[in-house]
Amino acid sequence: MSAMRPDLQDISYFPGCSLATSAKENNQSLKEVCAHIGFRLVDLDDWNCCGSSSAHSVNAELAFHLACRNLSLAPPGRPLLVACPSCSTRLRMAQHHLHASDAAQEAYRRRWGRAADPDLKIVHFFELIQNEGRNGTQRANALHGIKFAPYYGCMLAQPPALRHERNYHGLMEKMLGTFGAQAITWGYQARCCGTFLSVARPDVVTPMIDTIMQGAIDAGAECLVTACAMCHLNLEIRCDLKTRLPTFHFSELLAIAYRAPIQKGWFAKHLVDPVPLLKTRGLVT
Amino acid sequence: MTTTHKRFCQAVVERCGENFQRCLHCLSCASGCPVIGAMTYRPNGVIRLVQYGLAQEVLESPDIWICVGCNTCAIACPMAIDIPALMDTLREIAVENQANINETGILNFHKEVLDSIQRYGRTHKLEIMLRYKVRQRDLFSDMDLGLKMMAKRKLDLLPSRIADTQSVANLFKEFNR
Repeated sequence: MSAMRPDLQDISYFPGCSLATSAKENNQSLKEVCAHIGFRLVDLDDWNCCGSSSAHSVNAELAFHLACRNLSLAPPGRPLLVACPSCSTRLRMAQHHLHASDAAQEAYRRRWGRAADPDLKIVHFFELIQNEGRNGTQRANALHGIKFAPYYGCMLAQPPALRHERNYHGLMEKMLGTFGAQAITWGYQARCCGTFLSVARPDVVTPMIDTIMQGAIDAGAECLVTACAMCHLNLEIRCDLKTRLPTFHFSELLAIAYRAPIQKGWFAKHLVDPVPLLKTRGLVT
Repeated sequence: MTTTHKRFCQAVVERCGENFQRCLHCLSCASGCPVIGAMTYRPNGVIRLVQYGLAQEVLESPDIWICVGCNTCAIACPMAIDIPALMDTLREIAVENQANINETGILNFHKEVLDSIQRYGRTHKLEIMLRYKVRQRDLFSDMDLGLKMMAKRKLDLLPSRIADTQSVANLFKEFNR
């Protein structure tokens, strides 16, 4: 297990509420993959919710300060890995506001008793993994030709304030492709999953999810792969179609590809069972 | 246009910090919006209402609540207008002015999420769902889904909470309107 290995580089880690609770399989597989590529994830001590969609939806100031509390907890000299694309945007927007506003920096310093760290680097999982494309350790046919629909949802669409940041379009296809998985080409990879509307307006979200799922089926995919726990949940709970493809967390397929320690419990948490497909493709016994 | 109308538009521009007066009404935002079917005016229509100063129409529209802030419109916009940021501002103004909010279910959901963060520093999904259902007087829809998620241990019975709840409670005391 990753905790035992002394050769790993420590980086700060913000799991966020979804990975800490409803998507533990995402959290655990992500930690295994990170250990495999040389990082130990050290949870940010006493991290709080980033504010989620709800805080910025109705109270911008509260959203900013909730995000800042997390930034203030990050020890200096280490990057901060944020697993969830939404949390990542919230924390980055707060950091962007701090960089742009002296008043915001002053408010931060007074509230949290230290200056905002100008060098804190917030990284997404994609940024950690991108250099692992061809490091010689992987097996070219580790994923046995599994056909997947890469699903990014809204994670590639940054707010205009963050438009100069790097965009990781195509990374899941490239990474999983080097392990012998086949990405299908389809029209819905960047279509929003409906996110929190799933609770109050499932009547709006279900047709959105059905369109996405049907698009993946029509394009010949065997499964979908997502890097967002919210998208994963909506794809599993709001699909009304008779045929429903299983959806993997990107980190789960990477863990299989790297032959990192897999726990059967990960797949048992899926509402659409991915194990029959994994068995057909000879990826689990 | 009356002065009141102009004043509303200026107030929104100032508060949001986003100059949506640049909008060309080219409908690029509309063509990508995934939730447009549930809107009345569409994203550029919301901008138009603000430009005309039609406060009541825009603050009581479902559009500002249906928008999930996926940023699809913002990256499609040739004028780089942050439309989700405008929607955030309009929701705040609607709540502050006690407008006759069209999508009370969505607002109630946001309230339950924020209450959960206030209590625990994190979101406790099971409790959010239960309290939301009680608030909506809609106990039975999604019950089978909830049970399935419990069986899969996707909904924890107990909240994950932070140690320093006081610092988060202070934020709510100061900024929760």
